[in-house]
Amino acid sequence: MNVEYIGLKEISGPLVVIDGVKNASYEEMVEITVGKNKKLGRIIKIEGEMCVIQIFEGTRGVSLENTHSRLLGKPLRMPLSMELLGRVLDGIGRPVDGLGEIFPEKSRDINGEPINPVMRKYPRNFIQTGISSIDGLITLIRGQKLPVFSGSGLPHNKLAVQIVRQARITDGENDNFAVVFAAMGVKYDVAEYFKQSFKKSGVLDRVVMFLNLANDPVVERIVTPRCALTAAEYLAYEKGMHVLVILTDMTSYAEALREISSSKGEIPSRKGYPGYLYSDLASIYERAGMVKGSKGSITQIPILTMPNDDITHPIPDLTGYITEGQIVLDKNLAFKGVYPPISILPSLSRLMKDGIGEGYTREDHPQVANQLFASYAKVQEVRALASVIGEEELSHIDKIYMNFGREFEKNFISQDFQENRSIEETLDLGWRLLRLLPEEELDRLSPEITDKYFKAPESREGDF
Amino acid sequence: MGDTSHGTIYGINGPVIKVRGNHAFQMLEMVLVGHDRLVGEVIRILKHETIVQVYENTTGLKTGEPVVSTGKPLTVKLGPGIIGNVFDGIERPLVKIAEDTGIYIKRGSVMNNLDTEKLWDVKMLVEPGDYLNQGEVFAEVKETESVNHKIMVPPGIKGEVIEAVGDGQYNIEKTIVKVRDEKRIHNLTLVQEWPVREPRPYYRRLPLDIPLITGQRVIDTLFPLAKGGTAAIPGGFGTGKTLTQHQLAKWADADIIVYVGCGERGNEITEVLEDFPELIDPRSGRPLMERTVLIGNTSNMPVAAREASIYTGITLAEYYRDMGYDVAIMADSTSRWAEALREISGRLEEMPAEEGFPAYLPSRLSEFYERAGRVENFNKTLGSVSIIGAVSPQGGDFSEPVTQNTKRFIRCFWALDKSLAYTRHYPAVNWTNSYSEYSDELSGWYNEIAHPEFMNKKAMLSRILQEEGKLLDIVKLIGSDILPDEQKLVLETARTIRQGFLQQNAYHEQDAYVPVQKQYLMMDSILRLYEKTTRLVSLGIPVSVIRKSGVFEELIRIKYNISNEDTGAFDELNMKLETRLDEIESDYKQN
Repeated sequence: MNVEYIGLKEISGPLVVIDGVKNASYEEMVEITVGKNKKLGRIIKIEGEMCVIQIFEGTRGVSLENTHSRLLGKPLRMPLSMELLGRVLDGIGRPVDGLGEIFPEKSRDINGEPINPVMRKYPRNFIQTGISSIDGLITLIRGQKLPVFSGSGLPHNKLAVQIVRQARITDGENDNFAVVFAAMGVKYDVAEYFKQSFKKSGVLDRVVMFLNLANDPVVERIVTPRCALTAAEYLAYEKGMHVLVILTDMTSYAEALREISSSKGEIPSRKGYPGYLYSDLASIYERAGMVKGSKGSITQIPILTMPNDDITHPIPDLTGYITEGQIVLDKNLAFKGVYPPISILPSLSRLMKDGIGEGYTREDHPQVANQLFASYAKVQEVRALASVIGEEELSHIDKIYMNFGREFEKNFISQDFQENRSIEETLDLGWRLLRLLPEEELDRLSPEITDKYFKAPESREGDF
Repeated sequence: MGDTSHGTIYGINGPVIKVRGNHAFQMLEMVLVGHDRLVGEVIRILKHETIVQVYENTTGLKTGEPVVSTGKPLTVKLGPGIIGNVFDGIERPLVKIAEDTGIYIKRGSVMNNLDTEKLWDVKMLVEPGDYLNQGEVFAEVKETESVNHKIMVPPGIKGEVIEAVGDGQYNIEKTIVKVRDEKRIHNLTLVQEWPVREPRPYYRRLPLDIPLITGQRVIDTLFPLAKGGTAAIPGGFGTGKTLTQHQLAKWADADIIVYVGCGERGNEITEVLEDFPELIDPRSGRPLMERTVLIGNTSNMPVAAREASIYTGITLAEYYRDMGYDVAIMADSTSRWAEALREISGRLEEMPAEEGFPAYLPSRLSEFYERAGRVENFNKTLGSVSIIGAVSPQGGDFSEPVTQNTKRFIRCFWALDKSLAYTRHYPAVNWTNSYSEYSDELSGWYNEIAHPEFMNKKAMLSRILQEEGKLLDIVKLIGSDILPDEQKLVLETARTIRQGFLQQNAYHEQDAYVPVQKQYLMMDSILRLYEKTTRLVSLGIPVSVIRKSGVFEELIRIKYNISNEDTGAFDELNMKLETRLDEIESDYKQN
């Protein structure tokens, strides 16, 4: 097996071609020695004795003659052990924090394998993030994949940190959690911000960080989320931990994929992204969940910056088709000084219907949420009208809606970075806001709930 | 294995492999690839090379590994044990795979599609000496409490029965009948095989004049689907495609539901698996799972099998149609299937047409949708296959190739709308750009079975909604305050229709499923109110006064307040509203 191949046939961007290879297997790892440096690569196409290899560290300094390569006989594997917690690794899972090697308990193929749908457990446990707009209207469920659609200049990192700091599970499994953080193409100071924030909130020894920074090789970016999720799967399904995975920034990931696809000469589909972008993203996002026979879970919060704030761009679009909802941040709200600037209407949590209400949060939750959505949607209509005819000309009821909209944004969506609201506080706040509207406008409430919560005098304290 | 021929792997690119060293492969033949015997299919034959798409992950596959021909196209096994089961895209049982390989799906798990050990209670219907034609039923098996599985003579076989076993317990591989034709003797078991890409034959097609009742008001009343018809549900993400598909799978009045989760989320399959065994079919009183087959190729499972999953689903559906059942197949989502075609096509370096999709996308879509229909079978029974395909247009833009091409081959279009979904109006079916071409053909049924006035009332309802659409354009510019009262009344009535009728709560006990009778009565009450209030408005009574009386709100809540069985309550309600409006009228006259 220890055959070495001298020289290369072709070099094109991050790809090299070796000829005369016997016995190569698809996706096998290759070690390429250039002078004193060793680089890792992966076979991505085989044609007879010709292999196309993707070099993780980039091809700078590589020439057709100065290399010799060795096939490693196996796909890229991630060493796994409980020692990973508290460590900082590079984009392909090698320690970079100077604390020495990790002694693996076992290793796994980073591509993972598809989870059999019959072995999944349907996620139903509510995670309280302490953020009203999320808990109340876009409830996060343990085992969910809920991305943040953001734009440049918006506080998505701050929001992610606040979620990590405040996330509480309602059934007393709070000690058994871990965070896996994967940075793909983010700036050094962003990675540092996360690290400092984890340190400040005292969770650093429960975090595994994978860093592929903006100046690190592009090809490495393709495997970073896969290494991170392999670690997460180990912690969750084998060690029974509740793992929160933060992947940032998925846009850089997709762009890396496009770069490699075009150097392979593949036929592009929309905006130059490869036709398999959907399947590829799915192979990352679908690794969230809960499985039978293990009490652990993987909850994913991928962060992506929408190019040009366009939600129909292929990256957010395909992501939205795979993930179980989305949290959309909005520039206009951010300009108004609203933090977190979550745009409620396009945001959604698909799993919330089964994780809220009686027995999970509170019986009135589904209806309050529904009514707040409907009323706030009405506010948008009224605002559109007001921008044409002026607010003064609006009818009485429309003016009430304008006021409701302002109060809702000021009190419900807005909240301090340090403020941690319980779900009860969030729901009561929702009722107080709804009381700004006349009862006949509330068409999503059942009579019983209206009597118990809308009209109940004891909860009217602090009405607006 | 004398007639099998070998080739060896020459090139590998994702799910597409090149094979050399054998020229005897047939087009669309099933092959076994590599030492792990991964299932693949021949998709192109060149002079020196054969191209195979592999239905499993190809990581670790090596050049030089053997590729073995099977001599037959990609087929599925059809027999008892299908209902209630979950299969992957090429009909391998996922429950069995889970028992063998745990939480992950490992490669090369070749196994029997159907349980070969289970003994079924077989009731025989023929004796030696009887003559059997193709498609005729010769035995029966109680597959589940709800489904009587009829064992049929496979297409193309007929002849005299020369041997038949008695009633008893047999597994699916046991020969229970021997049939002799002119040339040879055929051994018939409980199971038959069929190539998935070929439609199963039938005697003749029938007109589509019976609706598939779904219990969803916006569908049954405004945009009905015929049994044997085709429908598409396009919608951007978050508009509730899957929710709508699940609702249809739960409540549609079909005998068998085939649900194909094609390239979608794993949790959605899990949800069906957890929910359906507990939900009760309102017609049979048995768990819904007893009439349901799931086919799951989730988005992280191999992409080539995604392409096959749609065909596997429709073949299973046709098989049950042949028994005389009404079958509905939900494909969620056909866009993922189209993307799988695109991905394979890209790897074959074919010349792309629109947006990278292959030029044969329209012909593949039409082949699929044409397999729907209501037919008379060879065994004289009547059956149907209705297809409901979800479409996930990129960026929610209906002008993209999959939506546009699908539109040419379906006759019922339920367009889901983002702005409705944003206001949590579900089902988010947009009533202005959805349509059903079956309405005319089905009008006879509705007028006869539901109510003689049904189609008239429906037309009135549509008219009000249309009127509202026009008025809203004006309101957007100048506000609703300055509209005349007649038009304000139209807006108010349309709001009542939208919130009280079109909006339906999938999680409410009474509202999740509504019989057509009640749909009619709800429609009737709303229109009665409109008629009466129009009169009041013409007398000069302002709409605001009528609104204050709460009559509209009362109507909006009937979907919760009046139970599905309690049809008598509508008379009471109509009386009550009438008296209240009369009071308003007399008050007004006095002042």
